[in-house]
Amino acid sequence: MITDTSEGSLKAFLKTLPQVDEVGASARAAMLATRSIKTSSKAWAIDMAISMVDLTTLEGADTPGKVRAICAKAVRPDATDLSVPSVGAVCVYNDMVHIARTSLDLIGGRAIPVAAVATAFPSGRASYAVKAQDTIDAINAGAAEIDMVIDRGAFLSGRYGEVFDEIVKIKELCGDKAHLKVILETGELVTLDNVRKASYLAMLAGADFIKTSTGKVTPAATAPVVFVMLEAVRDYYSMTQTRIGVKPAGGIRNTKDAIKQLVLVNEVAGPEWLNPQLFRIGASALLNDLLLQRMKLRDGYYASPSYVTLD
Amino acid sequence: MSQFEYAPALESTAIVNIAERYNLFIDGKFVTPKSGKYFPTINPANEKVLAKVAEANSTDVDTAVQAARGAYSKVWSKMPAAERGKYLFRIARILQERAREFAVLETLDNGKPIRESRDTDIPLAAAHFFYHAGWADKLQYAGVGDQPKPYGVVGQIIPWNFPMLMLAWKVAPALATGNTVVLKPAETTSLTALLFAEVCQQAELPAGVVNIVTGAGATGADIVNHPGIDKIAFTGSTEVGKLIASSIAGTKKGATLELGGKAANIIFDDAAIDEAVEGIVNGIFFNQGHVCCAGSRLLVQENIHDEVLEKLKVRMAHIRLGNPLDKNTDIGAINSAAQLAKIKELVTAGGAEGAEQWSAPCDLPGEGFWFAPTIFTGVSQTHRIAREEIFGPVLSVLTFRTPQEAIEKANNTPYGLSAGVWSEKGSKVLWSASRLRAGVIWANTFNKFDPASPFGGYKESGWGREGGRHGLAAYLKASN
Repeated sequence: MITDTSEGSLKAFLKTLPQVDEVGASARAAMLATRSIKTSSKAWAIDMAISMVDLTTLEGADTPGKVRAICAKAVRPDATDLSVPSVGAVCVYNDMVHIARTSLDLIGGRAIPVAAVATAFPSGRASYAVKAQDTIDAINAGAAEIDMVIDRGAFLSGRYGEVFDEIVKIKELCGDKAHLKVILETGELVTLDNVRKASYLAMLAGADFIKTSTGKVTPAATAPVVFVMLEAVRDYYSMTQTRIGVKPAGGIRNTKDAIKQLVLVNEVAGPEWLNPQLFRIGASALLNDLLLQRMKLRDGYYASPSYVTLD
Repeated sequence: MSQFEYAPALESTAIVNIAERYNLFIDGKFVTPKSGKYFPTINPANEKVLAKVAEANSTDVDTAVQAARGAYSKVWSKMPAAERGKYLFRIARILQERAREFAVLETLDNGKPIRESRDTDIPLAAAHFFYHAGWADKLQYAGVGDQPKPYGVVGQIIPWNFPMLMLAWKVAPALATGNTVVLKPAETTSLTALLFAEVCQQAELPAGVVNIVTGAGATGADIVNHPGIDKIAFTGSTEVGKLIASSIAGTKKGATLELGGKAANIIFDDAAIDEAVEGIVNGIFFNQGHVCCAGSRLLVQENIHDEVLEKLKVRMAHIRLGNPLDKNTDIGAINSAAQLAKIKELVTAGGAEGAEQWSAPCDLPGEGFWFAPTIFTGVSQTHRIAREEIFGPVLSVLTFRTPQEAIEKANNTPYGLSAGVWSEKGSKVLWSASRLRAGVIWANTFNKFDPASPFGGYKESGWGREGGRHGLAAYLKASN
């Protein structure tokens, strides 16, 4: 695709990408949001969405107790109904990885990976040495997935090589121990053209997933942004035969929003992406709404929110 | 379920009450036809009869014209313009209130997907009434002199592809400008026009201002040839348009004709490719391709032909064809057996002339009239499928090498209704638009409509404009 990974040839390659017409892309994403998902397909989508949730807590106030609580929820989202699948992963800050890992292992969640946000999340404003150590710490503590942030400052000033090299180096640190998710922070990149360029930059540098946002910046996972990223992984697959995953994060709070995401995946990237290996949803409050809607489908009426656990 | 299959999500039909038979709407009342005849109207998605509709003969048309004349001279022309506007506002609001009812009925009678009747046809129809309601008392600013005058009684004949929307395009400007109306809907899609007659009653529109006579070509001819008609407004085929033009030659009748098209959709190599592909799909597969301004000739720059075609096929594989009442349906039923036969005939000709056919993989239902979204590659200007209007979900793909060649090919047609240009380079878009001989040119979009924007054709695509200030002029005579 590109002859070498020098700044010049990266720039040249990114220039060959077709531009995104913001109006058209938004209109198509909005049209797909009108899909009406009912009955059996809704039941399927709710369970699929639950299994795709990266159950997240990223607060300054996180404590071991809080992390253990979300781990319990991750393994058995609904203690009264064991047919509910476990979530895709638990996503925490670097210093909570060990607690999350041990806790999951203790309660039968060995198969659930711990994802750690890294590289001076959320701003990414730190020296490379700090970012590298952040990543190494997380992996050593048992993180199987690293959610790194790109250097948006470098990207916006056109230093694509720097962005690229940093992802390459973090990917090397991950090796075969951890999957790499690359957070573009699309709310700071602003234009869909930038979203497309950053998506390719991350995929070329070795990302296993491209992720919209940190959740700390608004707007986050808007439908047009996810739409453009799904086009990027679809087209990257047709060029390289490699499937890269996509993770929207931030602002997906209810079942309707989650199902709209699955429709986008289905009709843009294709049904091959409809599994937790290739699509995740970064969220916290979403899980409870999915559980409530699941109960509604099962019982025929809405349960009080008191019937789902708060964690 | 291993895949994300969308379960049926059917819009309920409980909201519409379809009568067993419908009479003519003349002078504010539903009256039995003098002809004594009724013809069936069917749901093209399952071929079941929905209702029987009166067939107006020349006596019925005469009664309707007299009612329209009486309403014009006694009531409508004497009413203060602001009062006229109030009736239009009232109709617009009722259309919004009853939007779902109109959408479901339109989908049942026409075969178009509920998503389109719900999100496009009916909201736009209401928007046309709102837009023209505002003009009613401001006609001195329409650019037709200080005291423009209406024609009087207008005969309006509309097609089956957008039954309710075409009614709104015709009736709203006619009433706003002070004319009264005798309207004939297409014989396969009369039901929403008859529901509109109920709306006229509900709005307490004075009797005779709007008259709706149903029937086929003969009824249309009776309207065209009636001496009491002051102006004809027609939307339909170029063939019938020519007949109308020769029928009214030598009379004082005015005419606006909205006829066929074979629009070029030009994709330059510097276009936003993914959105251009979306625009190709909207251009030709919107409303089953039953669109006079459909982008039925794709002109794609040769150096991106393969890339565009590959993406187009991937996109087309996601088009959902099926029950028009399903909210997830993208392509509904072909409106009639006759139209399906015409599409098939031209598609066969396309293959015989050497173009390569590709159709999206989709199952066609057993009953009803269906045609899978289809593209032809390797088409040249001489092929029938590049020259004749197919009026179905069939796209002819041609290539060009330079912008000059694109314009030449785009203009090389007897039609000139619409065109699309796709390029991220603004100067190229403007350069192209100023050279394309078409009434509507869309840049980086397609099939977008707005009541404020005039619509109409060059050459054999028609006379006059509908919508906007230009559209008002078509219903007004300049005062001395």
